[in-house]
Amino acid sequence: MEAFRTLDAVAVPLPRPNIDTDQIIPARFLSRPREVDHTQFLFHDARRLPDGTQNPDFNLNKDAWRNARIVVAGRNFACGSSRESAVWALFDAGFRVAIAPSFGDIFRNNGMKNGLLPVMLPAEVVEAIIAQVEADPGARIQVDLPAQTVTAPDGSVHGFEVDPFAKHCLLEGLDEIGLTQSYEEEIAAFERRFGRENMR
Amino acid sequence: MSETMFEKIWQKHRVLDREDGQTLLYVDTHLLHDGGATAFDLLRGRGLKPRAPQRIFATPDHYVSTSSRKVEEIEDERHREMVEKLDRNTREYGIKQFGLGTPDQGIVHVMGPEQGLSQPGILLVCGDSHTSTHGAVGALAFGIGSTEVAHVLATQTLWQRKPKTMRINIDGALGDQVTGKDVILAIIAKIGAAGGTGHVLEYTGSAIRGLSMEGRLTLCNMSIEGGGRAGMVAPDDTTYQYLAGKPYAPQGAAWDAALDRWRALPSDADARFDAEVSLDGTALQPMVTWGNSPEDALPIDGRIPDPAGAVDAERREQMARMLAYMGLTAGTPLAEVAVDRVFIGSCTNSRIEDMRAAAAVARGRKVAASVRAWVVPGSERVKKQAEAEGLHEIFRAAGFDWREPGCSMCLGTNGDIAQPGERVASTSNRNFMGRQGPGARTHLLSPAMAAAAAITGHFTDVRRLLAGEA
Ligand code: SF4
Repeated sequence: MEAFRTLDAVAVPLPRPNIDTDQIIPARFLSRPREVDHTQFLFHDARRLPDGTQNPDFNLNKDAWRNARIVVAGRNFACGSSRESAVWALFDAGFRVAIAPSFGDIFRNNGMKNGLLPVMLPAEVVEAIIAQVEADPGARIQVDLPAQTVTAPDGSVHGFEVDPFAKHCLLEGLDEIGLTQSYEEEIAAFERRFGRENMR
Repeated sequence: MSETMFEKIWQKHRVLDREDGQTLLYVDTHLLHDGGATAFDLLRGRGLKPRAPQRIFATPDHYVSTSSRKVEEIEDERHREMVEKLDRNTREYGIKQFGLGTPDQGIVHVMGPEQGLSQPGILLVCGDSHTSTHGAVGALAFGIGSTEVAHVLATQTLWQRKPKTMRINIDGALGDQVTGKDVILAIIAKIGAAGGTGHVLEYTGSAIRGLSMEGRLTLCNMSIEGGGRAGMVAPDDTTYQYLAGKPYAPQGAAWDAALDRWRALPSDADARFDAEVSLDGTALQPMVTWGNSPEDALPIDGRIPDPAGAVDAERREQMARMLAYMGLTAGTPLAEVAVDRVFIGSCTNSRIEDMRAAAAVARGRKVAASVRAWVVPGSERVKKQAEAEGLHEIFRAAGFDWREPGCSMCLGTNGDIAQPGERVASTSNRNFMGRQGPGARTHLLSPAMAAAAAITGHFTDVRRLLAGEA
């Protein structure tokens, strides 16, 4: 996994609640393996008009936000399916941070394991940040994972919570499997203790 | 100390706790489907193999055709490859697969319970968000992403931070034609699509006790649509009767020992939950969704809501957008909204009871000329049982298409999709924009309600149809 420490980047607003993973990457692209660049699938249908041309009103299509690496969204961002390709699509398109008042639980997990930091901030703070980046398209946000802070375009600093274990893995770009394998003795002991009744 | 059922299962599966609050949990049972090839790629990339293949069970569902049982007849090469990869991966590592064309294939969340793999007290995972389904038997069942699937394959364990618990209590007898589907839609309408975020939901109360196993599976299936990490119902005689004799359920003396363990599982009477919600079971009605989130559900006698009445500007804008996408006008009675297609299927509602409920409505009636209606049984076992009862004849005589088991139009990954602008009455679980194909308009409802919509050509209170009033 790619490590993450700090980021200073353009933030694109997606000011809607319940943006689900079916919108982030429609189901018909789920059979693509990880090696395929998923950039083209990100918000595939939302980015296009019914005739297939780019929807000029969709924020990701606007020039000021073409290089955005941070998405700021409404509550319950990326709810729905467990498809990890929702993270891949964001990641491949350059995104490393998603800020929202709340997230789908599985997406949060998937993000932390794939180098995409989900940042939960109070709804009023997210609203304020969205207002700032809408008022000044191309405005930048600073995210500091070691310090667990977000600096909004207006200079205000907001702390956020992050699971210490997931933070450690993300800071180091650690492979969780390798880490878990270091507990081999404990797992083997558990398997013996768990006993016959529970072993198939 | 008194404990919730969730806590009892959690404690039993703890391998270790880290100081930073993470717990390593041991996984009893791991289910796989044909969307999981990435996890095997990750595993191979690290030179690893599954630690406990005897605990893994697989079946193809997302990419299978619903018109043929032959892999080579899957037209789209990518789809065919997904099914073939599952076959190859399970063979290579000695994993039990209920393969395409065999008598036990089905949607992974239908297959697990019907094989008796989903059992009370176990920790079960699957790389699919609707894994919450299996909590209906009193299991702790988490849906996980593909990196986590690879982790479970390699180590048979899962890192988790302990979720919170929420009890959703529903007392009172449910009315005629008020099903598990209506109960869960009413719950999500009440708590919201993010209402259960970070929580394991336990459903309790006399209305829940009164549900069949199928009804509980439907209920727990959509826990994820309410934001829940998992959903569960305490095991009771309904559960034990359902499990008895299932292929992978314990037999003989092992069954008796299991019963003793299972009976100790339900939450203690004075157990504390982090959140409590209650609904009146007697007040629930057959439900239909109108928007693009499962929380946008209304009783069938309702009208399409007016954004002008929204609580705030954000909701107003969201409602207006959903009405535009759904092609609906505020104030229209739900019962006047015409449908183009009907889909009875998915891991939410494709079990034998669902087939029976829909067939009872279809019997002796005809699908409206303007409607294309499909019934997709959840598994080969469901299909066989339904055919033994003659349900397929009832459906066919009424003009329904009786198809082969798989996920089908729930997600359309196999190509079964609706056309842009088509309105679908669907027994599946998600009414997201584009879920059933770009521009498709999905309304969620129960199997009997879906069958009623197929017959009349619009949403209809199935109770009125059966009473001869509609
Ligand atoms: S039926 Fe639908 S929700 Fe269920 S596993 Fe298949 S695609 Fe997922």
